[in-house]
Amino acid sequence: MNWWELFATAGPVLLTGALYTLLFAVAAMVLGLALGFAVALVRVARVPLVSHLAAFYVSAMRGTPLLVQIFVIYYGLPGVGIEFEPVTAGILALTLNVAAYLSESMRGAIAGVEKGQWDAALSLGFTWWQSMRYVVAPQALRLAVPSLSNSLISLIKDTSLVSVITVTELMLATKEVIAQTFQPLPLYLAAAAIYWALSASFERVQKRVEARLERAHRR
Amino acid sequence: MSPMISIDNVSKWYGDFQVLTDCTTAVAKGEVVVVCGPSGSGKSTLIKCVNALEPFQKGSIIVDGISVGDPKTDLPKLRSRVGMVFQHFELFPHLSITDNLTIAQVKVLGRQPDEARDKGLKLLDRVGLAAHAAKYPGQLSGGQQQRVAIARALAMDPIAMLFDEPTSALDPEMINEVLDVMTQLAHEGMTMMCVTHEMGFARRVADRVIFMDRGMIIEDCAKDDFFGSPRSERAQQFLSKILQH
Repeated sequence: MNWWELFATAGPVLLTGALYTLLFAVAAMVLGLALGFAVALVRVARVPLVSHLAAFYVSAMRGTPLLVQIFVIYYGLPGVGIEFEPVTAGILALTLNVAAYLSESMRGAIAGVEKGQWDAALSLGFTWWQSMRYVVAPQALRLAVPSLSNSLISLIKDTSLVSVITVTELMLATKEVIAQTFQPLPLYLAAAAIYWALSASFERVQKRVEARLERAHRR
Repeated sequence: MSPMISIDNVSKWYGDFQVLTDCTTAVAKGEVVVVCGPSGSGKSTLIKCVNALEPFQKGSIIVDGISVGDPKTDLPKLRSRVGMVFQHFELFPHLSITDNLTIAQVKVLGRQPDEARDKGLKLLDRVGLAAHAAKYPGQLSGGQQQRVAIARALAMDPIAMLFDEPTSALDPEMINEVLDVMTQLAHEGMTMMCVTHEMGFARRVADRVIFMDRGMIIEDCAKDDFFGSPRSERAQQFLSKILQH
């Protein structure tokens, strides 16, 4: 099998796999940011009971391997009558996992905004929520972008773990082509290159967001 | 006529530590009251109790007929009517000067953006900074930022203004530009409660001076009485230390 044949066989399969990987990453990013923000908010606001539940959730998610979480959701929960499609289970596991990390970054960043900014916002008549929305969160976002980005880049690579629940994302697609072609080295390298390309494009997005948020802080 | 701000037997504790003890005073409409005292005397805490940025455990504070400590009071609404200026300016660094001046007008008072902008720019002109509307707070000097902060508070059409050491974080050459704005404001009849060490300002502008020490109001008298013949020994010591230079 020459290079051209290998490319023709593997190309479409890897590309489809990469699209699934992208789907998982983007879905879990969007949902994870939303859930992470909600979790950070209830913990910052010290909502009684809920903030304890949130703290428990964060600890559990950060303290157990993602692989175990995926197994629990896909293979474990059907035991109590909760069944998911593989794609749903994958997105759910990735979301729950990344949201825990994101919420910690956001919580730290929110705490990093000086109390005087809260006082100023409240003194103008903003409610707690308005102070958060218009004054504190935008400043916290700037502080949080580097560590949020770390988690989100990890997320892109962590999507490979959902291959264990039979979702043909990039990793499983690569294995399938290898089973046909017996060419592990070039194909695994190709998969690595695709992960890298996805992460690199995300880094570019991060740079843009940072530049945008820094605009106000030029001197 | 009932006073604009009346503070009645207010006490406050941080845990076991009492920071305010039975503070009682009042500020009439149009009156300028300077609150002074050594650091840690509770003066900033007291002024922050007036718009409920700090809670207090005992006594009552009434602002324009509304009880600050009453759990049923709509605090955001009350605060939107009382302007506050902070030691460290606390402009919003992520927003342009114009947005700093307009955001609360739009989001809290529900003004139209155009109307809010006109109002904000007019006030910015009044504090002498019309040319800086498009800049960000980080591009301005401390004195300029504090003048913007005063304009931001005035944009809400407050019934009274609270100043919490507005010149303490400024380089000496910038203090006067801020005091000038405050003096002008006082002459226009604004009700003002100012925590400050600027005794020159107090002499020129204040109607009354309150002296605090260890969480208590020690002196509360007309300006001339305070500077002429303070009754308490502690106030005399404080004045002799602060007026030496």
